[in-house]
Amino acid sequence: MTATTPSRADIAIDVHGFSKSFGGREVVHDLSMQVKRGTIYGFIGPNGSGKTTTIRMLCGLLTPDSGEGTCLGYDIRRDADKIKRQVGYMTQRFSLYQDLSVRENLEFVARLYGVRDARATAREMIKRLGLNGREEQLAGELSGGWKQRLALGACTLSNPQLLLLDEPTAGVDPKARRDFWNEIHALAARGLTVLVSTHYMDEAERCHEIAYIAYGHVLVHGTVDEVIAKSALTTYTVTGDNLTTLSAALSGKPGIDMVAPFGTSLHVSGRDKSALDATIAPLREQHGVHWQHSEPSLEDVFIELMTRSKDNFQ
Amino acid sequence: MSDEDNRADMVAEGIPERRFGFWRRCYAMMVKEFIQLRRDRVSFAMIVMIPVLQLLLFGYAINTTPRNLPTAVLLQEDSDLARSVLKALQNTAYFHFTREVHDVTEFDDLLLSGKVLFGVEIPRGFERAVRRGDDPALLVAADATDPIAAGSALSALSVIVQTALAHDLFVGDHPSPPFEIRVHARYNPASSSRLNIVPGLVGTILTMTMLIFTALSVTREIERGTMENLLSMPITPIEVMLGKIVPYVIVGFIQATLIIGIGVILFGVPLLGSLTLLAALSTLFITANLAIGYTFSTIAKNQLQAMQMSIMFFLPSILLSGFMFPFAGMPVWAQYIGEGLPLTHYLRIVRGIMLKGATLENLQYDSIDLLALMLLAMTVAVTRFRRTLD
Repeated sequence: MTATTPSRADIAIDVHGFSKSFGGREVVHDLSMQVKRGTIYGFIGPNGSGKTTTIRMLCGLLTPDSGEGTCLGYDIRRDADKIKRQVGYMTQRFSLYQDLSVRENLEFVARLYGVRDARATAREMIKRLGLNGREEQLAGELSGGWKQRLALGACTLSNPQLLLLDEPTAGVDPKARRDFWNEIHALAARGLTVLVSTHYMDEAERCHEIAYIAYGHVLVHGTVDEVIAKSALTTYTVTGDNLTTLSAALSGKPGIDMVAPFGTSLHVSGRDKSALDATIAPLREQHGVHWQHSEPSLEDVFIELMTRSKDNFQ
Repeated sequence: MSDEDNRADMVAEGIPERRFGFWRRCYAMMVKEFIQLRRDRVSFAMIVMIPVLQLLLFGYAINTTPRNLPTAVLLQEDSDLARSVLKALQNTAYFHFTREVHDVTEFDDLLLSGKVLFGVEIPRGFERAVRRGDDPALLVAADATDPIAAGSALSALSVIVQTALAHDLFVGDHPSPPFEIRVHARYNPASSSRLNIVPGLVGTILTMTMLIFTALSVTREIERGTMENLLSMPITPIEVMLGKIVPYVIVGFIQATLIIGIGVILFGVPLLGSLTLLAALSTLFITANLAIGYTFSTIAKNQLQAMQMSIMFFLPSILLSGFMFPFAGMPVWAQYIGEGLPLTHYLRIVRGIMLKGATLENLQYDSIDLLALMLLAMTVAVTRFRRTLD
């Protein structure tokens, strides 16, 4: 695998052994990660798993208790100021000024980064964001989707090399989410590195690489296919009648680790293939129910990881 | 069936408990408020601090009939009588001789800069004139800009000196002292308290408004969540501070212009000194207050705490600065506290320039103190400013 180990210049984020505690509770534990330049790296994990804390440590908003690393080649502990100049950070909660207009917010950010012609830069960004006609509207009066676009615009205004997006699409409608992801891919195509945290599976699937983090530990990382392949999960997709009854009958049986309804079908998964097969063997004969062996979905994999990690770390 | 079962049944059946519902909800609210109050350490401290500390502080410090007022002596003659007179003055406890000067210029300078409140001049040939029965004049010059401070000492002056001298002099049967005490109420001959209050109000109003402007500035950003975004961008604590203070310097300058303008036009307060100097030092004072407010803002955890700190600062500013009560009348420890407040220095500056026509030279120490307080506050603010969310 040494051939694929990227050289230093190709790596945007390279951290080792990051730990952070708040009030005696360890939120991030011995976290290491490498993100190649130009990739979209998804940070997936349940609430409170340490995603936000990790992102904040990367951009210098929090100081790690232990561990070290570089961000865009700069030392995270020593060069926070240099990192800040080249990183765009989009906070989980809208954190631009609600009582400033769209234009005023963008001009403020442009000036902070020392952009030469702040007005022109802001005007350009308004056009790019499709916010024409709304530039004098107060940011606080925008809808969720527009706020999110504005926030993305603000953190890309200075042409950063790295974007840190903390649950950027929370509370945004599907259309706006799709537009948002198209924009992210367009930015990555131009060489920008994007680290994005989310707990939407469809968004995870849009990332080049993902890391699943729970209780402050990275449980698995790689491309979506790699992550699915790494899990030893066997999954059957069941379609037919009376799935609710079937679901209740399967839960807790030997070999069955997960039963989850997906619309009109049911996903039945287990780590131990033989035990799973043994349990479902009599049920497969049932009339009106169709069983099909299938790839586990990313969600199946994550839910399974989450259940397992709960036993390990809590 | 026990009471509890009864209650459970009622809840289960969804019957509202009409009789006790009101009180129960009030009780729930009270319990919650108490818990929150207990967790808010600063508020909790304020409950004890504000009444006890302030009462002790102000109860001991404030004195409306001040004694031991700083007095300069210009002794043109060194005679037994002159010394007796001075001793008698000192014995009244109103006058405390802090300076002995040798010429009139020095005498005037001390009064002008506010270092002394009184000046006593014993003219050449005083004793001889008394013995001859010429009724010579003993000059007592008073800084009357603060009529309260000067008033009680002056009103007691003739009577006390007379009784004190009665046994010293060989004129026991004389109904009045064999010399005239000529009181010279400088700067405010009519002892109009308005002349004193209006310039004082300039400083007090500015203290209040300026403090509040900046005291909320950082906490507001934290509470609204904008701080996280701000900190992730390349801006330094000094830049944040100056950016937040400078706009309000202009606001404060407009306010000061308004108040001083109204004082001059409506209340007839004179402006004897240089307007430029007044404007420059007022700007310094405004900036010092903004810097202190900003410092509170970097220490406070939320807007409520910032407001509480401002009030804690504002109260002594009013009471210990010489605005409400004579500064010279306070005990020494209270004067030390007063020296740490920008308002104390600004009051001397604004009264000095408006009422006495003082120059920068007269006011240099107060100006330097103001500058030092401002820089101190700014240093604390920049050091205290949290660059991370840790």
